[in-house]
Amino acid sequence: MAWIVFLTLSFLCVGAVVAMIVSRNQAHNALFLVLAFASLGGLFGLLDAPFAAAAQVLVYAGAIMVLFLFAIMMFNLRRPEPPEKKRLRTVLAAGLGFVLLLELVLAGYRALSGASAGVPAGRDLAHLGRLLFTDYLYAFEITSLLILAALVGALALAGKREGD
Amino acid sequence: MIPPAAFFILAALLFVLGVVAFFVKKDLLTQFMAVEVMLNAGNLAFLALSRPAGRPDGQAVVLFVITVAAAEAVIGLAIIVLVFRQRKSIRTDDLKGLKG
Repeated sequence: MAWIVFLTLSFLCVGAVVAMIVSRNQAHNALFLVLAFASLGGLFGLLDAPFAAAAQVLVYAGAIMVLFLFAIMMFNLRRPEPPEKKRLRTVLAAGLGFVLLLELVLAGYRALSGASAGVPAGRDLAHLGRLLFTDYLYAFEITSLLILAALVGALALAGKREGD
Repeated sequence: MIPPAAFFILAALLFVLGVVAFFVKKDLLTQFMAVEVMLNAGNLAFLALSRPAGRPDGQAVVLFVITVAAAEAVIGLAIIVLVFRQRKSIRTDDLKGLKG
């Protein structure tokens, strides 16, 4: 049963990303990405990570992709993308991707060969919350500063009027 | 129970697809989306490797990655909007000012 869910979700996810590579319409790309991120959220749930799954669906598939869609609406690109001409670039990218995939799978194989199948991760959110405010307290606070900086930076960058 | 290796291979595949998309596509917005795909592949790898360890640290890292990705998306999209306002295009073919 878990395998069926895993295979369905991973097929959806990979298929959506491939469709994003093939498609030339930016709005379609963003919607494909929403599908990919939503199915990734399901995969996170399958990995006994309910908090990450909820954050993935809410923040990624929800907030960030809506931001992308708003940006696409601002660009108002009526004419479709012209077809890609450079084949060389595609071939080079495919070669790079192949080498990278081999390397990552090798690295993962090395990393996982020592791991035991082991106990499932702590499901309780209370443990995670305690972890966030003890071991990861500095990272947590720095993250809040980062968000504030991003907010102010975005206002400073895009909030200017045309004539400035 | 699905072995972590299956999740890890999926994460590697997603990361590679993100890299390929970044190099194949030629508009800034889609390249930016490819970066998001890579970040998500990283998230999946973190969770896949933290479950066999039996610790919730993976979820904490994923929270930080999502937050950083949100901040990055905000700033990146603001910069892309600025570029579009100045050049009326977000095709990387049209943005060759640094090429000299």
